[in-house]
Amino acid sequence: MITYALIFAIACYSLALLFNLYRVVKAPGVTDRVLALDTMAVNAIAMIVLFGIWEGTALFFEASILYAMTGFVATVAFAKFILRGDIIE
Amino acid sequence: MEMFWDIVISALLVIGGVFGLVGSFGLVKLPDPMTRLHAPTKAATLGVGSILIASMVWFAVKQGHLTLHELMVTVFIFLTAPITAHFISKANIFRDWPAEKLPKPAGEGDWAVHTADADTSEGELAVERETEAADKAD
Repeated sequence: MITYALIFAIACYSLALLFNLYRVVKAPGVTDRVLALDTMAVNAIAMIVLFGIWEGTALFFEASILYAMTGFVATVAFAKFILRGDIIE
Repeated sequence: MEMFWDIVISALLVIGGVFGLVGSFGLVKLPDPMTRLHAPTKAATLGVGSILIASMVWFAVKQGHLTLHELMVTVFIFLTAPITAHFISKANIFRDWPAEKLPKPAGEGDWAVHTADADTSEGELAVERETEAADKAD
């Protein structure tokens, strides 16, 4: 039963990442691109964790923590750059 | 008991998958930038949290060792999602909403996004605090 649920979740997140990719490529404004990239990082964390369950190893947590941190810092830096034209004033 | 945990993990995985998909679909579907902020910051964050908790339960039940890494990632994502949403909405106001279309904030001055010299660095705040203290003394 877990295998089917896992396949379903992986399919859902694959589709979600495709939606994000569409929004990154075809966006009406630059803030939408930043938002899509942020969502992409969050969905990538879910994919990494799902792959960790699939493989049955606890090896991928560090990767997901790194993704969470760099995704947050990157989004804040992008937004700050749009807002002020500079990141560290 | 084995069956019970199987159902719990499967339910968490399915809920997480559906929420993640809905969040990302909302990013494509919703009509304007400010409404588009809602979908990923709420639904997608909840979906990822659900997946991470499913992973935690799976490792605790199947491998027999409880790891708190996922809880850490979940708390981190739940803490940072509102901050990123706030920053993106500020950037959005700055780009798309001219100052005259926004209602004026209470008190003196304008929105921080639209005042050229607005800076929340420590020096300026210190000056404000000093002037406030001086006003009170008067």
